[in-house]
Amino acid sequence: MTDMTTGSAAPDPHRTTEIVAKSLDRRRRKQSRLKWIGMGAIMIAFTMLFILVASLVSTGWQAFVQTHITVEVFVDPEEIRADRLPRGNFDDVLETTLGNMLPGVDMTDRATARSVGSILSDGAQFKLRDMVVANPELIGETITLKVPTSDIYDQLNKGLIDRETDNANRRVKDDEIARFDALKAQGVVSKPFNSTLFTSADSRFPEQAGLKGAIVGSFWALLVCFLISFPLGIGAAIYLEEFAPKNKISDIIEVNINNLAAVPSVVFGLLALAVFIGWFGMPRSAPFVGGLTLALMTMPTIIIATRAALKAVPPSIREAALGLGASRQQVVFQHVLPLAMPGILTGTIIGLAQALGETAPLLLIGMNAFITSAPSGPFESATALPTQIFIWADSPERGFVSRTSAAILVLLGFLVLMNGVAIYLRQKFERKW
Amino acid sequence: MSSFPFILLILAAIAGYVINRSAAKSIRDDGNRLHSMTSYHGMFSALLILVPVLTLILVWLALQGAAINAIVMRDLPAGTLDGIGSGAEQLILAEITSISRGQMFGTPEDWKLAAADRYLALYNWSRWLLIAVVAALSLGILAFARSRVAADFRARQGVEGIVTGLMIFCSVVAIFTTFGIILSLSFETYRFLELVPLTDFLFGANWEPQIPIRADQIAAVGAFGWLPVILGTIVITVVALFVAVPIGLMSAIYLNEFAPRKLRAVIKPGLEMLAGVPTVVYGFFAVLVVAPAIRNLGQSLGIDVAPNTALAAGSVMGIMLVPFISSFADDALSAVPSALKDAALGIGATRGEMMTTVLFPAALPGIVGGVLLAVSRAIGETMIVVMAAGLMANLTINPLDSVTTVTVQIVTLLIGDTSFDNPKTLAAFALGMMLFLVTLVINIFALRIVRKYREAYD
Repeated sequence: MTDMTTGSAAPDPHRTTEIVAKSLDRRRRKQSRLKWIGMGAIMIAFTMLFILVASLVSTGWQAFVQTHITVEVFVDPEEIRADRLPRGNFDDVLETTLGNMLPGVDMTDRATARSVGSILSDGAQFKLRDMVVANPELIGETITLKVPTSDIYDQLNKGLIDRETDNANRRVKDDEIARFDALKAQGVVSKPFNSTLFTSADSRFPEQAGLKGAIVGSFWALLVCFLISFPLGIGAAIYLEEFAPKNKISDIIEVNINNLAAVPSVVFGLLALAVFIGWFGMPRSAPFVGGLTLALMTMPTIIIATRAALKAVPPSIREAALGLGASRQQVVFQHVLPLAMPGILTGTIIGLAQALGETAPLLLIGMNAFITSAPSGPFESATALPTQIFIWADSPERGFVSRTSAAILVLLGFLVLMNGVAIYLRQKFERKW
Repeated sequence: MSSFPFILLILAAIAGYVINRSAAKSIRDDGNRLHSMTSYHGMFSALLILVPVLTLILVWLALQGAAINAIVMRDLPAGTLDGIGSGAEQLILAEITSISRGQMFGTPEDWKLAAADRYLALYNWSRWLLIAVVAALSLGILAFARSRVAADFRARQGVEGIVTGLMIFCSVVAIFTTFGIILSLSFETYRFLELVPLTDFLFGANWEPQIPIRADQIAAVGAFGWLPVILGTIVITVVALFVAVPIGLMSAIYLNEFAPRKLRAVIKPGLEMLAGVPTVVYGFFAVLVVAPAIRNLGQSLGIDVAPNTALAAGSVMGIMLVPFISSFADDALSAVPSALKDAALGIGATRGEMMTTVLFPAALPGIVGGVLLAVSRAIGETMIVVMAAGLMANLTINPLDSVTTVTVQIVTLLIGDTSFDNPKTLAAFALGMMLFLVTLVINIFALRIVRKYREAYD
């Protein structure tokens, strides 16, 4: 050691060590500062994710319950006559029922009566009507019915309306609050699970709006997307990975697929609008067109995932099959493809999950229409989950804020489910060679 | 009923498979040696039927709507379509189709009822003709395929030829899609430029897309200068990058060099969750949480903040881009050969110094490529800005103001009923064209950098 340094012009080794030792503290501090900044950055990202989820849950959980009122309805034969069904003054009957439950309220005053009637949702009278139409013997009987309240009273019951606000600026006035509290004191107000959210389609009234149409629409769109992009993607990937000659054309196709994966989604919407709807005259708002558009976007993802899965199958499998006299296509379709299938399926599910959350192209082909019934096929007008979220986020009614969050939670639930299946498939069937 | 041709086709294909296979089997049972396995004989017949007939059905179904519409419109009584615009023509057609579905509003004119009848008759006729053609074609191919069955028929080569063709077709779909995008965009852009001169579009500083209320109201056509729109896009992109680049890079540095293996295994998928959240969710988050928060902060500081400020949309978009940048930077850092790392550590650098003076500079080209891809994503990102940014095109670079972006304009111009003959609709396609070109150039450039740099270290 000493021999090496004595001959040269190097500084005294002890001094060097000293200098290094002196600076070491500073340098280590610098390193740990870098480390802390890095951890801070990750913390910021995770905090954001947490705030995102927390804000959705805190606003959204309220939409999973809905305020109901249990009423004892006397189906008055004066108002509802068997020979005139399905017509009848169902709303008056409900209004009277509520009036009877509120002693001391002057129901002869038109304005008061109307305000009492508006406690119940507009859907309540239809619920009663459907019951009576299905069973006309109910006329003249007293039936117990659990009906949803209208959106403002739902908000009130959930504590989302500040009772301290000045009466003039509040959407529910003092006397209305008093009446609702009187009902509440009778124990007829309940807050059961909001099944409407999953059993009905869109509506102008928050308390009657549900996601069924959107979920069914998304299902059809995803089904079409899968049926088109899966075979096309696998076919393209097998050709490019296993059979394509290495030449200019294959290169162009490859660059093309990579670029296609990075084209903004709204451009695919423009393509669909101009070509599918404009030139081919396909129906607007149809999940079929949506699925077709999403398929074009999902295909590059599936191609890339399939190629990676095919590449991961070791060449020994191919050589063994070739050695036994299989043709190249037999090798691929009977040996390589089955082994690559778990990887392909994982990639496909992840691609479909992306397609499920895609909004912009669906907006351009009109899947943001206001449609109050679930589609019965892929060619009928429908919305999809993300576009429904967009519609509700744009709606002015207070009740739609929490419903938008609830719809997002449902969408995120589906995404987590799909990704969970993908991870499960990967862990269960993936083979390390 | 529309599924009937498909059922017919599937039945024919199954029949072809069964017939040819049993024919090949009986040849084999007679003691002959077959060139191909019997199932290949079956497959040959099935594919030979499936491919052309399915193509026929799909093309037929794709074109019949447009063809029938054209015939119905052509056969309207002479003079009804004289002198009305294509928008009104569309309305008449829509009315005829809705009458044919049994939905009538008021009492339509007799010629409309007649047209609706004709429309229905044509559809019916087309359906039966399609079924007849499918049946005839399937039977013909079935007979032809059956006649080919022989001991020395090379059925396997036939099948593999067809399958190769199909796979090539699948690969070419990607090219078709690109061509479709370019063709449709340039076609509509060309029509837009017939109405609005190119120089007005590229250099105009006013973006006020309006439809004239009266046909002779030329002055109110609106202004179609895209400068304020692209400027707004740039402002939001810059805000997004200000958020995404530091957070993304620093977390990548930490993950790559300092994080314990176990922590890394938790953090990486956690970050990827941010990337998996649909953009419409981010948009709602921006409206619900971020924009009010920024507004309150601004008010408490006495600064005037627009309700849909570029800052809210941009910062939320930045959060969305964090995992994108961090995973690209992580990959780039990992791609640097460990010899460089070891050499730096070997001459006494701390791991922090190794990172800042050796690893990071060596990975910089790859990181720049990743950031460029993030830029192209930010420019093309739609839902966040549609929900959180403004609609008015202001020529400003103040991120506290409300700005609009290319994608916002595309969506707002095209939402709702659109006809393809006014500058408002066509302007959306012109903007789409510009968006496509800009992102394409950035993407090609970025992918080339990433690729070239990977090769340099391989």
